[in-house]
Amino acid sequence: MANDTVSAIGGATSAAETQWDLWEVFTQEGEGAPHEHAGSVHAATAEHAMQNARDVYARRGKVVSLWVVPTGAIIASAPGDAGPLFDPGNDKAYRHPQFYKTPRGVRGL
Amino acid sequence: MTDQKSPTSAPAAGSTDDAAQVAEFEARIAQGESIEPKDWMPERYRKQLTRMMSQHAHSEIVGMLPEGNWITRAPSLRRKMVLLAKVQDEAGHGLYIYCGTETLGIGREELVDQLLTGKAKYSSIFNYPTLTWADIGVIGWFVDGAAIVNQTMLAKASFGPYARAMVRICKEENFHKKQGYESVATLANGTPEQRAMVQDAVNRWWWPSLMMFGPSDKDSPNSAELIRWRVKRDTNDTLRQRFVDLTVPQARAVNLTLPDPDLRYNEETEHWDFGEIDWTEFHEVISGNGPCNRERLAARRKAHDDGAWVREAAQAYAAKRDAVTAA
Repeated sequence: MANDTVSAIGGATSAAETQWDLWEVFTQEGEGAPHEHAGSVHAATAEHAMQNARDVYARRGKVVSLWVVPTGAIIASAPGDAGPLFDPGNDKAYRHPQFYKTPRGVRGL
Repeated sequence: MTDQKSPTSAPAAGSTDDAAQVAEFEARIAQGESIEPKDWMPERYRKQLTRMMSQHAHSEIVGMLPEGNWITRAPSLRRKMVLLAKVQDEAGHGLYIYCGTETLGIGREELVDQLLTGKAKYSSIFNYPTLTWADIGVIGWFVDGAAIVNQTMLAKASFGPYARAMVRICKEENFHKKQGYESVATLANGTPEQRAMVQDAVNRWWWPSLMMFGPSDKDSPNSAELIRWRVKRDTNDTLRQRFVDLTVPQARAVNLTLPDPDLRYNEETEHWDFGEIDWTEFHEVISGNGPCNRERLAARRKAHDDGAWVREAAQAYAAKRDAVTAA
């Protein structure tokens, strides 16, 4: 699988002296909702990243939980791999319930 | 903010992009697909987006200065809280867009450096001074109103990270416009002095606000390409007209006049016709000779330099902690 030198989600990996590391931010908007990618922040440490993520992505609204992840730690699929990875498998009809016959009159299947 | 820029090299001149890849890319765009950072894209698309997005991010950051100027002098605690929240939002908006720009493969520090050295542009509107308290209301109404017209379009941009940043910004920006209009309406219904003050602010900000949409279509070399790549959906003039049509009735509702003798409703087109923009002023401000260009850049440079010790201290703390953990 192809892997770019650019970080997984495309952020630059420039490490100039005064530029803090890049962290990806995920927010959960409401109990039970999935964490979704919101954007990124620069920060020197994990706690710092959490604080910046709060200030930038949870100033208002429904955010109930935050994840911060070092950008370089994310492994992403490459666009070129989309075909084989995400083949819908339409030729495998047996993966769908419609493929199977049920005796007449049977319910709740 | 909008697409204001100095001329660039001719499209595709000297481009090394593979024709088949370009065709495939353009087919994806035509189908309304979203382009993501790791997808192949023409160098020119990457360059145009980097320019446009960083210019937009810089505008948010520089845009804090004219309004920040009035935080300590806001007339009530309510207005002060509102203004603080708005200026904080502008900082956040700048960060959303910088982070989107970074996915194109350029570091934020380099982008900031381009702003501080004067290599990158930002919206011309922020080079005008905020002379009275009424300016703050009028900025929310006109400047944020114009920004919403532009950003609502950009929320459908073909580049995913830009579009997503715009969606996030548009959600927050409506508060900016409404607080501004409320403040304007309050002054417009106030004492004769307050009325005169807000009318004066309207008179000063109207034309620069129309200039925010960038050069007229016949003088906008980038538009066709940006529209073909669906970075933009509408031309500068279309967006400008949309803003005028929205704003004229709002001005009438609070009995304020817009400083344009040629402004009249056109029954045929069902749009408000307006007078010619002073493009000489626009180009002067864009090229660095507006009333506050030097002051704005000097303020940004000072803020950046004054913050150097904070950046260094955080890094030193992280390094020290790493050393302790390793030991």
